[in-house]
Amino acid sequence: MQEGGRVKTAHKTIPAAVLIGAAVMATSAQAQEGPAASDTSVFVFNTLLFLISGMVVMFMAAGFCMLEVGLVRSKNAATICVKNICLYSIAGIMVWLFGYNLIYGVGEGGLIGKFAVWGADDTSPFETGYAASSDWYFQMVFVATAASIVSGTLAERIKLWPFLAFVAILTGFIYPIQASWEWGEGYLHTVWDFADFAGSTLVHSTGGWAALAGAIVVGPRAGKYVSGRVAPLPGSSLPLAALGTFILWLGWFGFNGGSQLALGTIDDAISIAKIFVNTNMAACAGVLSALILTQLTYKKVDLTIVLNGAIGGLVSITADPLHPMIWQALLIGAVGGAIVTFAVPLLDKLKIDDVVGAIPAHLFCGVWGTLIVPLTNPDARWIGQIVGIIMIGAFVFVTSLLLWLALKYTVGVRASERDERVGLDKTELGLEAYPEFAST
Amino acid sequence: MKYIIAVIKPEKLDAVRDALTALGVEGMTLSDVKGFGRQKGHSEIYRGAEYKIDFTPKLKIEIAVEGSRTPRVVEAIRDAARTDRIGAGKIFVVDLEEAVRVRTGETGAAAL
Repeated sequence: MQEGGRVKTAHKTIPAAVLIGAAVMATSAQAQEGPAASDTSVFVFNTLLFLISGMVVMFMAAGFCMLEVGLVRSKNAATICVKNICLYSIAGIMVWLFGYNLIYGVGEGGLIGKFAVWGADDTSPFETGYAASSDWYFQMVFVATAASIVSGTLAERIKLWPFLAFVAILTGFIYPIQASWEWGEGYLHTVWDFADFAGSTLVHSTGGWAALAGAIVVGPRAGKYVSGRVAPLPGSSLPLAALGTFILWLGWFGFNGGSQLALGTIDDAISIAKIFVNTNMAACAGVLSALILTQLTYKKVDLTIVLNGAIGGLVSITADPLHPMIWQALLIGAVGGAIVTFAVPLLDKLKIDDVVGAIPAHLFCGVWGTLIVPLTNPDARWIGQIVGIIMIGAFVFVTSLLLWLALKYTVGVRASERDERVGLDKTELGLEAYPEFAST
Repeated sequence: MKYIIAVIKPEKLDAVRDALTALGVEGMTLSDVKGFGRQKGHSEIYRGAEYKIDFTPKLKIEIAVEGSRTPRVVEAIRDAARTDRIGAGKIFVVDLEEAVRVRTGETGAAAL
């Protein structure tokens, strides 16, 4: 039988009677005692949580696609759509072939899982507590999310096929190996009590580190940094970018809420509802903090940074959307909004060209959100969080950097300058996203 | 006959059109154009970086009129398109040698 779900489920169903006792006490303190649900009901509700949450998280792929298409120039809009739908598809297949059992086949305290194709095992449903395929599906959409982060940063200059090759390795191996250290009950979970509820570090920083390594190897877009000045290269559709952000925000309720991994008890239901509220509040605060800070800094509100502020707030609360009180969730999200506001121009100073601001929103806010967990979660340790951030960061950044360099010196990763000027839609796909309009 | 070419701010189109219609001007050609004059473009801000738009979007109106009506038409455009700020546009007047109505073959002032 596979060890199901993330560590939280393992806590709830398998070893520690102490934890279960504590959970029951918390429940009785908060909610009226009622008759326990039947095992069948619990199984059905747990499965439903995975499936519905997973569907919403799947739709985040559309959110990333629209955010990215809005922030690239129209000559690269179709290419970014191809990258987004293909990376989602590759992630699904790679998680089936390698990813799932690399995450959950790791031994307790271990560093690397099993190399085995995943197959559904529903032989003892009441022991697992949910349909095996629903768990696989829920885990798979998270892997795809990490890959989506990379495409936005590297848009407008990376070639399609090397990008897809990177995605295959990221989703099949890099992501699953580091995720196993925590969600597979591996090294970080066992030795350091590392806590990352829904993946500020495991999903978002992982995508961000891979994107940062890519941005360094691939280099900035042609014309971005000319004679000491930053040329903005404005995006083609800010309304689409706003739609994409709203879709991501919606998806985050599945992302964080579903990460409770169980909906068979009153306690779980209360926790999920609380997670929804905290998730929403962090995003609200991220938006308002970016709104106010861009107004003060630039004397004008900067819409795309405000959109990044929503993402920054959401990423920041993802490491622990359950324990903070509302004011704490607001504070955590507001800092996320501040991080993106100041990190976007900072990256430009370093000549790291991140088209959509994924590195500030996902990497920097992921680090912040993970770091602050012990403030509200008594089970987490400051040193454990720091070790987890550094260990996962080092692993993902170094493996990604080596992979990008290997691709660079074999097949090449970068479109030629001429192709880049013309636009990847024409040179890679032979079409235009908006043929009625002349592209400039 | 005169050919009047007016470059105006896009938001002034309705006012200019109404003023010309009131004068009985029966046709005009409109195009989206970009350009700059003494205002030298304007600056915008995107993701924390300020940048200059050298060529500001404008509208170009072209009208052919009888020579005697020219001063009134120019005046109407000027008054309707005026703003207090730099960048309100320009009006050019050139001699028009000939005009032909495609359907009937009429020429000169009768074709306007």
